[in-house]
Amino acid sequence: MKSHLLPDYKVTIDRETCTVCRGCVIQCTFNVYSFNKEKNRIDIDANKCVDCQRCITFCPENSITVAPTPIQYKQNASWDRENIRNIVKQAEAGGILLTGMGCDKPDFTFFDRLLLNASQVTNPSIDPIREPMELRTYLGSKPSLVNLTSTGESWTDISLASPQLQVETPIIFSAMSFGSVNLNVQEALARTAVSSGTYFNVGEGGLNPRLNKYADHLVLQVASGRFGVHKKYLDAGAAIEIKIGQGAKPGIGGHLPGEKVTEEVSATRMIPKGTDAISPAPHHDIYSIEDLSQLISVIKEATDYSKPVIVKIAAVHNSAAIASGIVRAGADIIAIDGMRGSTGAAPQVIRDNVGIPIEMAIASVDSRLNQEGIRNRVSLIAGGGIRSSSDVVKAIALGADACYIATAALIAMGCTVCQKCYTGKCPWGITTMDPVISRRLNPDIAAKRVENLIRAWSLEIKEMLGGMGINSVESLRGNRHQLRGVGLTERELEILGIRMVGS
Amino acid sequence: MPTMHASSSEVYTIDAQGLDTRHLNQAVRKSVNNGHREIELLNVTGQRYIAAGLQGDLQIDIHGTPGNDIGAFMDGPTIRVHGNAQDGCGNTMNSGEIVVHGDVGDITGLSARGGRIFVRGNAGYRTGVHMKEFQGSRPIIVIGGSAGDYLGEYMAGGVVLLLGLGLEGGVHQADFVGTGMHGGVIYLRGEVRGIGREVAILDTTEEDRRFIEGLLKDYTKHFNVGVKDVGEGSFKKLIPVSSRPYGTLYTY
Repeated sequence: MKSHLLPDYKVTIDRETCTVCRGCVIQCTFNVYSFNKEKNRIDIDANKCVDCQRCITFCPENSITVAPTPIQYKQNASWDRENIRNIVKQAEAGGILLTGMGCDKPDFTFFDRLLLNASQVTNPSIDPIREPMELRTYLGSKPSLVNLTSTGESWTDISLASPQLQVETPIIFSAMSFGSVNLNVQEALARTAVSSGTYFNVGEGGLNPRLNKYADHLVLQVASGRFGVHKKYLDAGAAIEIKIGQGAKPGIGGHLPGEKVTEEVSATRMIPKGTDAISPAPHHDIYSIEDLSQLISVIKEATDYSKPVIVKIAAVHNSAAIASGIVRAGADIIAIDGMRGSTGAAPQVIRDNVGIPIEMAIASVDSRLNQEGIRNRVSLIAGGGIRSSSDVVKAIALGADACYIATAALIAMGCTVCQKCYTGKCPWGITTMDPVISRRLNPDIAAKRVENLIRAWSLEIKEMLGGMGINSVESLRGNRHQLRGVGLTERELEILGIRMVGS
Repeated sequence: MPTMHASSSEVYTIDAQGLDTRHLNQAVRKSVNNGHREIELLNVTGQRYIAAGLQGDLQIDIHGTPGNDIGAFMDGPTIRVHGNAQDGCGNTMNSGEIVVHGDVGDITGLSARGGRIFVRGNAGYRTGVHMKEFQGSRPIIVIGGSAGDYLGEYMAGGVVLLLGLGLEGGVHQADFVGTGMHGGVIYLRGEVRGIGREVAILDTTEEDRRFIEGLLKDYTKHFNVGVKDVGEGSFKKLIPVSSRPYGTLYTY
């Protein structure tokens, strides 16, 4: 069948400056370039280009340009390029369209319509360079009453304390499983978690022995596939996360295709090599809040109540009521993943149409738990579309205790968000399992880049806090007076629990 | 406070009467930490998560009815339930053995990666759901009677054997057997009401029959019954027709 697909990109090489070094031929994993021996030049097949910009970055002569193709489908506001392309692809292959990374549609971002406050004259601002500024926070269930007992000379706290996760900055690396990303990426994130005093969630792909030495800074997942979950695994991490849903694909399971289940992935997931690793849509032992309560309890029993249990849900229409149930089920931490959250592979139709933005979810959950008087019993982690330190600050002001980031960390390593993670050909060596291409990602350099990012964001968060006259990130949590909305409807402002700019 | 007393020689006895789940499990863990290898629980009435995450060579006898998730994440111990067990028996277990002298509830052996579960009577829905196998370990569930719908759903490995004892009309009432199955094998005696589209029913081979025979012997030993009591008649096997049931689902 002749494909009717038009190329997305126009690829040009400046023949004046090109030295035919063939670097682009080696760098491109999608086979856009080939060396033409007869003409001693590089041939281009632009149809295969995904705009990952690997060739541009590594062309020593800066000879390559990749730009959106000037070739347009006939202009039509309804039948736009994406709609037509999707139909053509499906007409030719007849399957569910896969994509990678988070929702790329413009209309679901509220962070950009929120503005932060700063102190002027009254409640003076604080200079974080010369005054202490606390970014450390503790995640976990807090007692409803502080119970002190006197021993004559001093007081001892005998409150029923739950285990806590101590984070030095309110930024945690959210779940990226071995299989969705390769071990070099996981190791870089684990190292950064150690050096930055935070945590890396290894996702549901099991725990590779190479990561054992970072275990104190790892969050380990129990998801519906239960891959690699066993007693030693539960014992290893700093916290256990029960994954119910993911912002990029709420309500659906996952299938790691057999091609990606290599020898090493199979050993880590504890399944046979080459078989599909299927994560069913629901956990088959969780059909209700009561059932969730059982899984939380059995994990706590199996780990002797030594570590917090996180329940991760996708942000959906009833998140507030669901979160209330999760608190009552005994979770210590709830992670909420907004609809812009990223993924290694998801059906595009789900990614772009299901769920709600994290801003609305975190605000409504925080409000609901406060109304019910149970907010102290749980910490909230907001994830899914956190792109900058200001997004972190805004999410915390809306009610989060800390944020999950993933895409931002991958971009720090080299990811250009080309959205082809599911192909296994990631030219930046991030999501590919190919042992040769994986080597493009040096864990030492990647860890340094991510560490720099966390340092930079933490400094920026301190600046913003100081400006507001706040010296502790815990004093920002749910502090919605520090936010104002611009260009939002009355109802949107009400759900976010904030006022309009100027009021 | 839990009441405990050491009884004859090696066996450590815990009376579960009046203990809630958390205290009973605390008492069990404590006795294991104190070096006891044989433990007996009396008057168990629905306490959950018994032996969850326990490791090593332990013998645990349970008198009464344990609650959900008995032996979850377990790695090594042998549990004998002198009564019925409820849902999630052997949930995500790694190795060991659970022998139930009665019936079990739903999702028996969910996601188990190894170990063996013997049930004298019947099992509920979704028995063996998403069981796996890995390197030398292969989970095995043997059910004396029958099991409910979605038997072996999403199974990625392991073995389920239904003896079909006491089966009325020779037909297991389970429907959607093996839905989403992409590994492992279900042996059963008698017909089934309906099977998933991912599986096929085949005759057993000589090798299968030898394997089944071994399990039947174990069944007679565990439940102290004669060879005649495990019934007659040949077994069929259900196996997946593809290890990639979702291979053509997507467009890249």
